Amino acid sequence: MSAVNAQHAVPTALWRARLRLALQSLRENWQLFVRTRIGIIGLAIIGLYALLALAHPILMNTVWEPRTYDPVVGYAFDETQQPAPPSLKHLLGTDPLGRDILSQLMFSARSEFLLGLLAATVTVVIGTAVGAIAAYFGGWVDTLLMRLADIMIMMPAISVLIVLSALIGVEHFELALIIGILSGFGATGVVLKSQALSVVVKPYIDAARSAGGGHFHIILVHIVPNLLPLSFLYMMFTVTSAIFSEAVLSFLGLLDVRMSWGLMIHTTESAGYLLQVTEFWWLIFPASLSITLLCSAFYLVGRSLDEVVNPRLRSR
Amino acid sequence: MNVSVGIPASASLALVSAVNLAKRYPVSAGWFRRDRSFIHAVDGVSFDLMPGETLGLVGESGCGKTTTGRMLVRLTEPTDGQVLFKNQSGDLEDIAHLKGAPLKDFRRRAQMVFQDPYESMNPRRTIFDTVAEPLHVQKIGDHSERFERVSETLSMVGLTPPASFLFRFPHELSGGQRQRVAIARALVMEPSFVVADEPTSMLDISIRTGIMQLMNELADRLGIGYLYITHDLAVARYMCSRIAVMYLGKIVEMGDTEDVLQYPVHPYTKALLSAVPVPDPEATRDALSIKGSVSAPVDPLPRCRFYDRCPIADDYCRDNDHPPLEDKGAGRLAACHKA
Repeated sequence: MSAVNAQHAVPTALWRARLRLALQSLRENWQLFVRTRIGIIGLAIIGLYALLALAHPILMNTVWEPRTYDPVVGYAFDETQQPAPPSLKHLLGTDPLGRDILSQLMFSARSEFLLGLLAATVTVVIGTAVGAIAAYFGGWVDTLLMRLADIMIMMPAISVLIVLSALIGVEHFELALIIGILSGFGATGVVLKSQALSVVVKPYIDAARSAGGGHFHIILVHIVPNLLPLSFLYMMFTVTSAIFSEAVLSFLGLLDVRMSWGLMIHTTESAGYLLQVTEFWWLIFPASLSITLLCSAFYLVGRSLDEVVNPRLRSR
Repeated sequence: MNVSVGIPASASLALVSAVNLAKRYPVSAGWFRRDRSFIHAVDGVSFDLMPGETLGLVGESGCGKTTTGRMLVRLTEPTDGQVLFKNQSGDLEDIAHLKGAPLKDFRRRAQMVFQDPYESMNPRRTIFDTVAEPLHVQKIGDHSERFERVSETLSMVGLTPPASFLFRFPHELSGGQRQRVAIARALVMEPSFVVADEPTSMLDISIRTGIMQLMNELADRLGIGYLYITHDLAVARYMCSRIAVMYLGKIVEMGDTEDVLQYPVHPYTKALLSAVPVPDPEATRDALSIKGSVSAPVDPLPRCRFYDRCPIADDYCRDNDHPPLEDKGAGRLAACHKA
């Protein structure tokens, strides 16, 4: 290969090789993932809710008339009394304020996903950085970060969120940031540090140092890529806890959001229907079942990924 | 800070000189404790290594040979002593406590080959990435120059054609091939000094010779000075012109390989040699047995380090400090009161 076309050929060949490795490990990991079955169940539930979330704006623009079906300000004029039980026009009935429950459910699914993914991303970015830096530098940097982690772990998350939402008014975005920071500097950071400790003692770290590689180079090129599988696993667990926290807070009426699954239960409760579950089941079950299902789904995917990432857990 | 001691080249022919090199690790580290104990991993080691020479560092596990090697390439910072290294202008420079840019510059000239070829490469990087890493972090050449240089180095270590290895991953290579990649990574910047830490001990017997031949050949061709760390006397005999035998952080005997192996002076060297099996069922020899096992060098007493296990030690060895490494005739250095 001549020097001239090497200029372009090398990066191309490198990226092709990296892509090949990525695809190969993706294929192998997918096979392991499928073999665990629970992951597939989780993925199916997540897919179902993703479809619901995507379908909502389409339905609102086509068959659902906004005046009737808007999840926040709609009113079911066609029903004589509210809450109305499920009917053909309102498949899951209406809430005490005359709003369509299915529409609320689908509308909320989208924000649950956004909340979960943002919280998970913040967690993993912070957790990976904390873990890699604490393990690599050790000494007082490690001590400082791990004592901070202890504080984060000791802090009861829900109580902190209650205080914060009372003080500053928390919406989905702020909630995701708070959950991400608490978990990233806390438990997730500690777990990723323990993984990073097994990476920093590898001879290839020494080799990079003796080549003259700086701290930034070693952390970014050698440590972080070897933490990513575990980081991804902890993303899944964070999604679960984010959705759950959101439900608790909006049920308590502490979250400044327009509509969410927790808020649907809150509405039921404040209208006095919470204890009449058997009679007004459509007010409670769709929202609470959705919270449970979506939380479990991400948890199942996480458990299944755990087996992919930790070979010791694999059943033989 | 550039600590050049300003010794002119004519004063010493050495490429690398270890001068009273020591590494002590604190045992019970605590924020509020004083008077801690120390493990004397390496304690006052001195030797010279000439350009193009291969010096073997032999000893059992835990005797400090790897720590010594790591200090010479500054993967470990010495607690005491100097590492004098010949720089481009031919002067000897103390690299023991270099920092920043001078340290990074030193790294171009001294490299290390690690023991385990399965752990010494990042599994997520291609062979090209791995071998080009020193060029990348040292900002040597552009992409196509690096490509040329990596290809040349790979064919030099016997991975031909290089194109069929460049874009593979470590797990797709055999142990011997990986160790060749590791050697290529060490040589890609054309260093004058390489520490080889038991590069063949994790390999199958059948491919060891190949790697050793390669290293010898490269030493001759490129004039590299090796510090070859091994516990295998046969390997040392094949690779090294001189060897130094280490015991508990001290060099106990040093000299030309054949001399040392034929006529050992120090009782520890004798014991090491008598432990080597002879492929002859009829062979007899004086069994020289040493007692016990290596003790941890935690705050060693001021007596001969080998006293507890030595078959010929007496009260003099117990009551006097560890003997200095001194000339016992014919260029042989040994540290023993009795020899």
